[in-house]
Amino acid sequence: MTHTLGRPDFDVIASWVKPGHRVLDLGCGDGSLLKRLIEVRDVQGWGVEIDDANILAAVKQGINVIQSNLENGLADFADDAFDHVVLSRTLQTVRHTETILREMLRVGKEAVVSFPNFAYWKNLRSVLDGRMPVSEDLPYQWYDSPNVRFFTLLDFEALCTQMGLIIRERQVLDEAGNPVVADEARDLNFLGSLAVYRLTRPR
Amino acid sequence: MPGIGVVESQRIHFSEPLHLRSGGILPSFDLAVETYGTLNAAKSNAILVCHALSGHHHIAGHYADQPNNIGWWDNIIGPGRPLDTDKFFIVGLNNPGGCHGSTGPSSLNPATGKPWGADFPMVAVVDWVNAQARLADVFGIDQWAAVMGGSLGGMQALRWSITYPERVRNALIIASAPKLSAQNIAFNDVARQAILTDPDFHGGHYYEHGTRPLRGLRLARMLGHITYLSNDQMGEKFGRELRNNAFSFDFDVEFEIESYLRYQGDKFAGYFDANTYLLMTKALDYFDPARLDDGDLVKTMARTHAETNFLVASFTTDWRFSPARSREIVAALLANGRKVSYAEIDLNYGHDSFLMEDAHYHGLVAAFLGNIKL
Repeated sequence: MTHTLGRPDFDVIASWVKPGHRVLDLGCGDGSLLKRLIEVRDVQGWGVEIDDANILAAVKQGINVIQSNLENGLADFADDAFDHVVLSRTLQTVRHTETILREMLRVGKEAVVSFPNFAYWKNLRSVLDGRMPVSEDLPYQWYDSPNVRFFTLLDFEALCTQMGLIIRERQVLDEAGNPVVADEARDLNFLGSLAVYRLTRPR
Repeated sequence: MPGIGVVESQRIHFSEPLHLRSGGILPSFDLAVETYGTLNAAKSNAILVCHALSGHHHIAGHYADQPNNIGWWDNIIGPGRPLDTDKFFIVGLNNPGGCHGSTGPSSLNPATGKPWGADFPMVAVVDWVNAQARLADVFGIDQWAAVMGGSLGGMQALRWSITYPERVRNALIIASAPKLSAQNIAFNDVARQAILTDPDFHGGHYYEHGTRPLRGLRLARMLGHITYLSNDQMGEKFGRELRNNAFSFDFDVEFEIESYLRYQGDKFAGYFDANTYLLMTKALDYFDPARLDDGDLVKTMARTHAETNFLVASFTTDWRFSPARSREIVAALLANGRKVSYAEIDLNYGHDSFLMEDAHYHGLVAAFLGNIKL
């Protein structure tokens, strides 16, 4: 399986959006996901990003990008302004987890969230060996990691239940970006390196 | 990179009247204009650069006989610079009401044969935009590749996108605001009071008295200048430095900041017209395009074209038009699903940051304009 720019979650996300949809990508980096969604799905895209170099790179790519700190919420965005609000590999870097999830589902009809799974067996083995995990999906040393929240698939699903958010779809990927198939959530939690969720508000 | 080099200005006469928002009429008017680069055959490469409070048409380069008279935004215009004159045709003008060659209070009123003075009608941002549209017509430019400006210039770019949405492909609104705050208006009024109460003002008809309200204009500029700088920058540049290293216990210039402000005030009063200063500050105070829609900026921004690309930029240390003011514009554009990018640029020069040369800031402008297909 070939993946977009080494970001296998991009393909999963692309399969969930439809042409013409309005997509907001939070922590959009240089705008690569939006660029891909515009190319393959003909969406209308906007990104939110905090880093100067990424803002410049996104503008250079012709991507609409708003410089803002996600920790401050999404006050510049109106209710229901987007079909999808994407948070790709960024939730673990946000301190106000519940706020951002609630904000995503305020401004968007659907939230798409991907994050590295701390309970992936290689990560667990690394901890058992006495070292914090460094992997494809957790590529940082503990002392220079932007990640501030470490959690598992099951943790995330428990939070969704607690917040009353509905999980519409779940796609779990291994370190190579290939889909992990298992019946039990516990097994997915053990075998998956990266999880991608599609969430909606309670009806 | 070298700049544009030697430039020339021209004056263009408009014989049809300009009907102003205030109800006033300019029976005819002249615009002082400069252009850089070459207008292409399709006339699709034109960028209008709108000036702020004290600006004019001389934006870049220098005149053959005045090598030190460099345009006010020279650092961003020229071959290989963000407003690349190898690609774009750049247009700058002095707005009506100005004092740099366009028809303004110091021009002769055709009805009296004397300078307009206080009788010059009040001009609004939309009037400037209407005059600029007529200038575009003269060049045969149906649609600007971009309209751009900082501060009051950004308000003109915003106004263009609302009033002539189909004529603006890209709008760059820098260090600007959708309307002034009470604090902004307060500063403007103190500046105006300094001029209006100067004994040499003579109700605005000082030209006939052979005087100019230099003291008032100087104070107005000193006050304005404080609001253009950041506290940090002023501290770094001047601190509490004394000119003579010791207190002299009098009211002469002692602190370096006093020296700097007085110098800036004197310089400005030497070339700027007080009536123009009054008009420009009123145009700032009146600017509020959302009045069209009962104060609802979201509704007003729905008047913009869905295909217009917006770049809104603010500066972290700008307290005159703070980033929050730019974000109001961004939020209203987003609420309409408009194509907008927003950058909050970390520069230490306060409101004046928009005139500074900075790799990130200029890189953004270059990247945004670089996406323009001709």
